[in-house]
Amino acid sequence: MESSQKKMAVFDGEAASMLVKELRGSFGSGKTRSYEWRVSQVKALLKMVTDNEKQIIDALLSDLAKPPLETVVYEIGMFKNSCEVILKELKQWMKPEKVKSSLSTFPSSAEIVPEPLGVVLVISAWNYPILLSLDPVVGAIAAGNAVVLKPSEIAPASSSLLAKLLQEYMDNSCVRVVEGAVDETTALLDQKWDKIFYTGNGRVGRIIMTAAAKHLTPVVLELGGKCPAVVDSDVNLQVAARRLISGKWGLNNGQACVSPDYVITTKDFAPKLVDTLKTELENFFGKNPLESKDISRIVSHNHFTRLAKLLDDEKVSGKIVHGGEKDESKLRIAPTLLLDVPHDSLIMSEEIFGPLLPIITVNKLEESFDFINSRTKPLAAYIFTNNKKLKEHFVMNVSAGGMLINDIALHLVVPSLPFGGVGDSGTGSYHGRFSFEAFTHKKAVLSRGFGGDASLRYPPYTDTKLRVMKALIGGSILNIIRALLGMSS
Amino acid sequence: MENYSSLERDVRDMRAYFGTGKTKEATWRESQLKALRKFLLENEDHIFKALNNDLGKHQVEAFRDEVGTLVKTLNLAIKSLKQWMAGKEAKLPRIALLSSAEIVPEPLGLVLIFSSWNFPFGLSLEPLIGAVAAGNSVVLKPSEMSPACSSLLTSVLPSYLDSNAIMIIQGGPSLGELLLKQTWDKIFFTGSARVGKIVMSAAAENLTPVSLELGGKCPALLDSLTSSWDREVLLLKVAVKRILVAKYGACAGQACIAIDYVLVENSFISTLLPLLKVWIKKMFGENPKGSNSIARIVNKQHFLRLKSLINDDPKVKESVVIGGSFDEDNLFIEPTILVDPPLDSAIMTEEIFGPLLPIITVEKIEDSVGFIKSRPKPLAIYAFTKNKSLQKRMLDETSSGSLVFNDAILQYVADTLPFGGVGESGFGKYHGKFSFDTFSHHKAVARRSYYTDFWFRFPPWTLNKLQLLEVAYNLDYIGMLLVILGLKGSKRRLINQDEKLHDKQF
Repeated sequence: MESSQKKMAVFDGEAASMLVKELRGSFGSGKTRSYEWRVSQVKALLKMVTDNEKQIIDALLSDLAKPPLETVVYEIGMFKNSCEVILKELKQWMKPEKVKSSLSTFPSSAEIVPEPLGVVLVISAWNYPILLSLDPVVGAIAAGNAVVLKPSEIAPASSSLLAKLLQEYMDNSCVRVVEGAVDETTALLDQKWDKIFYTGNGRVGRIIMTAAAKHLTPVVLELGGKCPAVVDSDVNLQVAARRLISGKWGLNNGQACVSPDYVITTKDFAPKLVDTLKTELENFFGKNPLESKDISRIVSHNHFTRLAKLLDDEKVSGKIVHGGEKDESKLRIAPTLLLDVPHDSLIMSEEIFGPLLPIITVNKLEESFDFINSRTKPLAAYIFTNNKKLKEHFVMNVSAGGMLINDIALHLVVPSLPFGGVGDSGTGSYHGRFSFEAFTHKKAVLSRGFGGDASLRYPPYTDTKLRVMKALIGGSILNIIRALLGMSS
Repeated sequence: MENYSSLERDVRDMRAYFGTGKTKEATWRESQLKALRKFLLENEDHIFKALNNDLGKHQVEAFRDEVGTLVKTLNLAIKSLKQWMAGKEAKLPRIALLSSAEIVPEPLGLVLIFSSWNFPFGLSLEPLIGAVAAGNSVVLKPSEMSPACSSLLTSVLPSYLDSNAIMIIQGGPSLGELLLKQTWDKIFFTGSARVGKIVMSAAAENLTPVSLELGGKCPALLDSLTSSWDREVLLLKVAVKRILVAKYGACAGQACIAIDYVLVENSFISTLLPLLKVWIKKMFGENPKGSNSIARIVNKQHFLRLKSLINDDPKVKESVVIGGSFDEDNLFIEPTILVDPPLDSAIMTEEIFGPLLPIITVEKIEDSVGFIKSRPKPLAIYAFTKNKSLQKRMLDETSSGSLVFNDAILQYVADTLPFGGVGESGFGKYHGKFSFDTFSHHKAVARRSYYTDFWFRFPPWTLNKLQLLEVAYNLDYIGMLLVILGLKGSKRRLINQDEKLHDKQF
């Protein structure tokens, strides 16, 4: 059959080049620019995930043993929400924005006109393989671009489902999927794109940006980092513990870029926190969390080995206060709490991305800010406290992509907040209107008439012209008149 | 030969100083902006002299394009600083999961600015203003190709500013390389695409975000401006003047937003050329070299490059209709116009960056759209036309950093418009508040209270919780109420689960 033959063919540089050429042709025809086309594609995506919910759930069960509820709420629910926001607001976003024109360009009218960048590449990740593929793609489409999606090969069931469904539901002349691993990605990166949107880790992020530099292609890099959660002693401990747990193990078993990577609390409070966490962990996942169906598994043997290695260090394994059980055959690691591991251990230098939660203690909570700031900037930073001053101090002095006070990850659900990193956690942002803008060029358009032509712009240059110009810059009408009458010094 | 041995240590010290939080204070930022303004006002004469030395720029051109625009920007920044620094509330969805959400701008940290030689003050200080207003520490490297201006910036400006946080350093490519080896929180580069690629590749090693303000061939199209009024000739005169000043009056065409070439209908050439000739004379005088009404070419290398654009190709040489004389000793090229040089010649494929103006004729002026579209995206497109449908086609079908109707270069002074490129002309934007934003991280900050929580957020998972979460995430408040009251059924079945509905009430 032709389609399986096509799949067999290697996707190399030539194939990539032809793909880009084809999409450029489609984009050049102008079809992606119309509001109708964009809306039709967004609606198609919406229908696609709604009609195929079961297949999506199954793919995530296969790739990650992800609890169906997590799939429905995060992978599908959040994506549907993105589509709804776009359908509701796209007309507004597409409108040119009139801006004030200044005295120095009078008479004129000025506006900022959004236009699509052209042909863009979205490279997705394995932990939320549907959401992190479709959310940027729908943003690219809303902004009027043609788009190629490269899903992660580490979530193969999701990748092939996306390839199948997008081909079925979308306008193939403008929206395409390329499956594959390093070779295919390299072939794609050699091409010239108008933007590259990447979700993943910093190591690959560097490779992407280096490839993009060859063509002066702008990038959005949604990376990770060690998201800290600071816990004060004045909080409702049970609620805080539950929120921490649902934000860690309830989000793909800690394999989420916004999961709390580690907790910082005071030496005095740590025992209470640990006890409450233990209790609530059991409430959530039962006495045998390795058997619980309410928690994802580790995605692959590579990652399992990586996480096991973090616990290998005897200075670390000795600090386990809860959990630590592993089952390699099922790729499962129990929710594990560690208390006061050495700050220079591997588990405290790399992003964990798994079900291990180190708790670092300090004498005074204020010390936690310095601790956080001495490390690379994370994608998200959290603090649980009722102390108003501490909250403000946290917001003003800790730098992170985003921050949430007294909960975990919820800030992602708000479409009016930009979602993205800073420093090592990335550059650029998306969600809501920011998705549209991530794939848009805001063109400055200035319209002048022919009246009101001020000769003072043109040579020959005279002192009078200089005086008037100076007065214009100062903006005061009186000075301008004075200058024209030759009265200023 | 400059000694850069202390550079690494200096950069480290600056980072430590940023860490003290000093540059984040509103008072600090304001003091630096006011000091920059003071520098410009007190050293105006020195600045004009330096620009004259490096580029033969006339004082009025220097004021119009550099000093004046900078003072305007500083006035705006000082006035607007508090407003720019304030967080912006973000709209919350109806379902009150969160009690507040805002976007808080914060400085990126330690930033690096590479400037260019053609507007050595403007292109150094406009980004510096943005970086400082945003609360960053800054290292600025002006171009070594405008040495008098760079010296003024390196020797005089620092005495006005907080040198713990702002460093201005002179040097050539080797300094540039050394700087790129350090770690920055942002790099802002103005210059050529070739060097832009080098900067971005170096930045990629540290995941440093960059703004690239590059160039390109900025085309202008000149319509015959027919109108039912009898003002046709008047309009044409204004258009011609604007085109000429946007070429020869902008640092002798050595400006990223200067008009590179002009497109006109071939039936129009006979009307246009005499007008160009007349107005060149009127505006730039009989002796533009002596009167400084046109700037010089910056150095011998660029002078020879421009000379070879004409002399190397006989077909190009014979297309010269006005000007064409080169004074190597004075690095002066008179205003030169060519008609229809071959489209594959260097002068029509490379960015000219000099006082040579090719006029390309087309059958119908609408053909300009296709011509421009088929070439790399420029920093600016200038369309001199009153034809509304042509204007719409230009807007919809071409892409460029900026698009200006019936004028040129002026977009540079409009602070409410973002200034920057797209595609080969770069990415990132600045001017006005965009400068502040480009050196800021817009941090999303959301807050919750302890009072409201949805017990159905937490495992163990049940069918009931699934329904509730679904409506909650769809921000469907009413739906949620109905489910809780048991009034809204669901076609769902919970997959792979026993349907033990042990809803614990937390």
